[in-house]
Amino acid sequence: MSTELNKNDINSKVLPTGEDLGGARQEFNITVYTENQIGLLNRIAIIFTRRKINIDSLNTSPSEIESIHRFNIVITETEEVVRKVCRQIEKQVEVLKVYYHTNADIIWQEMALYKVPADVIAEKASVERLLRENGARAVVIRKDYIVFETTGHREETDNLISVLQPFGLIEFVRSARIAIIKDSDGFNRKLREFEQDQPGEDVNENEYLNQGQKVFTM
Amino acid sequence: MEVAQQDVLTAPEEKAGIELSGSAALLEALLVEGVDTIFGYPGGAIMPIYDALYDYKEKLNHILVRHEQGGIHAGQGYARSSGKVGVVFATSGPGATNLVTGLADAQIDSTPLVCITGQVFAHLLGTDAFQETDVINITTPVTKWNYQVTDAEEIPEAIAKAFYIARTGRPGPVLIDITKNAQIQKFNFKGYTPCNHIRSYRPKPIVRPQFIEQAAKVINEAKKPFILWGQGVLLGSAEQEFKAFVEKSGIPAAWTILGAGAIPTDHPLNVGMLGMHGNYGPNVLTNECDVLIAIGMRFDDRVTGRLDKYAKQAKVIHLDIDPAEIDKNVKTHVPVWGDCKETLPLLTNLVEAKQHTEWLAKFNEFTRQEVEAVIDAELHPTSGEMTMGEVVDQLNNLTNGDAIIVTDVGQHQMVGCRYAKFNKTRSNITSGGLGTMGFALPAAIGAKFGAQESTVVAIIGDGGFQMTLQELGTIMQSGVDVKIIILNNRFLGMVRQWQELFNERRYSFVDIQSPDFVQVAKGYGIAGKCIKEREELQSSLKEMLDHKGSFLLEVFVTKENNVFPMVPQGCSVSEIRLK
Repeated sequence: MSTELNKNDINSKVLPTGEDLGGARQEFNITVYTENQIGLLNRIAIIFTRRKINIDSLNTSPSEIESIHRFNIVITETEEVVRKVCRQIEKQVEVLKVYYHTNADIIWQEMALYKVPADVIAEKASVERLLRENGARAVVIRKDYIVFETTGHREETDNLISVLQPFGLIEFVRSARIAIIKDSDGFNRKLREFEQDQPGEDVNENEYLNQGQKVFTM
Repeated sequence: MEVAQQDVLTAPEEKAGIELSGSAALLEALLVEGVDTIFGYPGGAIMPIYDALYDYKEKLNHILVRHEQGGIHAGQGYARSSGKVGVVFATSGPGATNLVTGLADAQIDSTPLVCITGQVFAHLLGTDAFQETDVINITTPVTKWNYQVTDAEEIPEAIAKAFYIARTGRPGPVLIDITKNAQIQKFNFKGYTPCNHIRSYRPKPIVRPQFIEQAAKVINEAKKPFILWGQGVLLGSAEQEFKAFVEKSGIPAAWTILGAGAIPTDHPLNVGMLGMHGNYGPNVLTNECDVLIAIGMRFDDRVTGRLDKYAKQAKVIHLDIDPAEIDKNVKTHVPVWGDCKETLPLLTNLVEAKQHTEWLAKFNEFTRQEVEAVIDAELHPTSGEMTMGEVVDQLNNLTNGDAIIVTDVGQHQMVGCRYAKFNKTRSNITSGGLGTMGFALPAAIGAKFGAQESTVVAIIGDGGFQMTLQELGTIMQSGVDVKIIILNNRFLGMVRQWQELFNERRYSFVDIQSPDFVQVAKGYGIAGKCIKEREELQSSLKEMLDHKGSFLLEVFVTKENNVFPMVPQGCSVSEIRLK
């Protein structure tokens, strides 16, 4: 494991300590690499609810590594609170690693869908211009309604709501935020470290304990 | 840290395995893990496990408790006195929910437990079946790890992980919920291998020499260094390493209540107890030291008092195995992540051998003041009703600090922890973080099973005793030898003390009535005695200790004594009051 001081590397336990991280509340993006385990979402969520922190956005997805899951969580808090929360999350048995970043440290996107009545929009709007100006596209076009989709930052998806509202927006939904960390080189190397970190004797995993000679038999 | 020995049995040759039920596989797993005692209570959804247990009666000593809360507190007492993992069985629904208080207690006090709960058949999950409760979700916040088994084949791996997680790193309670079908199901059991690695779980942070060096430098430059130690020293079995560090560095050391006993009460560098009802010197001088060395403790609010006035002048060195504790409450200047059994010797090597004579004398001067203002009157009153302190003091004279003292929660707990003599490690067992009234009686039962050769004395208030007194039935049936002292002040004393001091003596629902405890004990076949006069105290304590088997001694003590010193809530530790 590397020994250089790395702010993002919570697990390497070399966070600078003692400094005042108070600061202002702002959006933080928490990235959590985990095993795929039932109940883990709850275990992570209650760490926020216990401190009465609202989760602004939460997304779970596969990661760059098969079988490893990745949570993207967005909260608005001070860095001090975020760090404490991240340490509590990382403490969970099935959590491999937690990183937190400000919006400036990541590339992020949210996707939104909008359903509008086909007749109104066709009659009153210049659909082509509307799509072009908002980076949107039509996903479904039916006689009775049209579904538009756009992807971008919050302002962009919000903006299209106000554009479509006059045309009788029927339904709107926005996805959670997904984010890529700018200066991350992925999780592969880290995972290899974890798999080799203090494995006892030859036993790596207790995979149904079917390793003949290592097995206790009555 | 490994707190239990591991029996790794290896088979001489490869075997195809044998047909076994999930229940039998569970019990086989417990045997390999070195389990000798189980505290439990049967019920519908755990019946297959109890049926299998019938054939393991000779190998696994199952103690039938009277309530699942009693069962889990007994498991905690067992774990705390023995250093091994406590094992608890309970059925689904109410059986499992009755464990929750004990789980929360074990979680906050880092006690290693493996709790097995029965669950309804897997096909009934989510149907509001009889005695179905969502145990996994109820217990998630109060367990280090939990897991629901719905297939017998998962049992060996789940149990192996449970024990590994419960006892390693910062220990804690683990709950495994096993559906009834998995208990019954037969499968090809290929044996049991204890777990020693989970890739997503690193129990010990890596020790980083640069921080040890930094810590040693700060300590060597310190003029008035001060050590605070907690249960981490005990959990890491690092008592020897700790003693060596304290003695070489010559630094005065004070303890949190869960840390008591790591070095003996009489050790010249042991300057006493921290916290709200701790000793005078350690509290006041926290705000005077120049370096604060915290070892295996978590700066609980009962220890720190008001945080923004806590040791602001000091550089803080924090040794802890749990990275989430660093900077959680008190800002650390030098974090020493790691198991203190490993980090302390490294630090001891680098610190200079010193004696802080003048600084230590300051502590002793505060002790003198405290003795004069508080302790003398508490331990050696000559008139009036008996005090809690003199009971503990007389007990010390008879046990000489070699007994395991189990306390409940409240005034008697503070008095017990303050004045009991601890010569040995793991001899102070109490509910620290959660403050669970009713803890002591069942925990004392468990403590005795975990340390059979020791005398176990439970000191309990009249309120707390009535919360779990049904466990007298467990004592009766198991024949366990536990000495019980009820310090009866006819009040819920600690709440009354606060009402007196902060609520203008508005005694709101604290005047609790009690039954004739000696008669109650007699009903359970337990010998007992009630005393009200000072003259009877010493001989009665002796009678209790000499009695073969359990004994209940009820002592009437002053109704309205207060525990002092006291750091009032919201005050700084240096604002500690002597009266």
